[in-house]
Amino acid sequence: MDTMDNLKKTPLFETHLALHGKMVDFGGWALPVQYTSIIDEHKAVRHDVGLFDVSHMGEVMVTGEGAFAFIQKLVTNDITSMKPGRVRYSPMCYEDGGTVDDILIYMISEGKYLLVVNAGNTDKDFEWFKSHATDDITLENQSADWAQLALQGPKYLDVLSTAGYEGVLPTKNYTFVESMNVAGVNCLVSVTGYTGEAGVELYCKAADGAKLHAALMEAGKEFGIMPCGLGARDSLRFEAGMPLYGHEMSDKITPVEADLGFAIKLNKTDAFIGQEPLKAERKRVRIGLKLKDKGILREHYDVYVGDKLVGHTTSGMPVPTLEGSYAMALVDVEYADAPEYTVEIRNRRLAAEKKAIPFYKRSK
Amino acid sequence: MTPNDRRYTKDHEWVLVEGDTAKIGITEYAQEALGDIVYVELPAVDDTFEAGESFAVVESVKAVSQIYTCVTGVVCEINEELDAQPELLNSDAFNTFIAALKITSIDESKLMNAEEYDAFVASEH
Repeated sequence: MDTMDNLKKTPLFETHLALHGKMVDFGGWALPVQYTSIIDEHKAVRHDVGLFDVSHMGEVMVTGEGAFAFIQKLVTNDITSMKPGRVRYSPMCYEDGGTVDDILIYMISEGKYLLVVNAGNTDKDFEWFKSHATDDITLENQSADWAQLALQGPKYLDVLSTAGYEGVLPTKNYTFVESMNVAGVNCLVSVTGYTGEAGVELYCKAADGAKLHAALMEAGKEFGIMPCGLGARDSLRFEAGMPLYGHEMSDKITPVEADLGFAIKLNKTDAFIGQEPLKAERKRVRIGLKLKDKGILREHYDVYVGDKLVGHTTSGMPVPTLEGSYAMALVDVEYADAPEYTVEIRNRRLAAEKKAIPFYKRSK
Repeated sequence: MTPNDRRYTKDHEWVLVEGDTAKIGITEYAQEALGDIVYVELPAVDDTFEAGESFAVVESVKAVSQIYTCVTGVVCEINEELDAQPELLNSDAFNTFIAALKITSIDESKLMNAEEYDAFVASEH
């Protein structure tokens, strides 16, 4: 474990060691890639319930009269219709349309928003926020103050009920309750997640994180709960067609190319950074691929139509819930509907076909 | 735990020499490090490999790993069971060979016995 010494640790670090998590360096954070098996952890979330430590995510509080206008200018989505207790997903762009990050916006009250950003982007995002800050807002990087746990899977409510809570849980997707007691810990509870499964994310004080984790694991025993690592987090989000910053979008890949149109309001009343470039016709687009031959699709493989190189895969991995091998790829828009593709894996071209994203959709 | 009947490499492969053939697989440590193994790209019978070359690829959920041969030779047998059941490498690493090569040459000096290999694994931590 000596190589972990230089890494940032979440408040759950000791918990991961006690649960025999296989610790890895994830963008400077010491986090478990798995505890037992990525496949088993993935299936636990699809069929029962799983618990993730996502405390590495960044949290930035924006307060002040100008908070709405400040955020509205930075994000591609429209937050005009948001009310307290609502969450909204949005990409955030550079002037040229490249993606700074994709974030969750929590409206706590008029003039008070919590922005949740990708762990690896926290410092960069905070600088970006600061560089666009107006006099009528206050920015606070609270990332170190919060522990965040994701309780995901069809049995998540059973776990919460057994663990005990006071008050009314939020039930609608993308809503939250700012403050309620869950298993004796004060939490912000939001109906969000990154797995394509039902579930909640629980934010609490860093010091309470281990206590909450232990209580949920104990309560979840009878429901088959498994602690889940980054491996399952990635395979679940991938299967559910959710983009990951640095893969499906980046400073070189716009959210329009990543096909995130549902979160891009090009015609919103307030101008936003990157708006004009995003209006231009896209040259590339994200598509799903499934391998027809045997093998495993991974990121950074070249994609061809005939002899023409048309793009590359951005994410690919075995998807435990489905048969076969899938990938997301960024391809030239004129080749977005080709009857057949080939993907080059270790100097061999293997046949693939287009598949709709998401690859997995839960039955409601 | 680590069988005494064979030799080991620093890349965590085992090689079991029987007459003029060498069966090659991955160690318990390797399968544990790789995690759930979901695909094995096997060589073809009659392929020739030099010692140090990659002759197979093992893919786990998370990673792609080249498997190197520590002998020079010609592939004489492949473990076709791995096509349908790659997870055998997880469940029974020491009894699951990937391929066997008819040995042209073997450099024993680069190989470890079980005791040396265990010490090598321990030293990596």
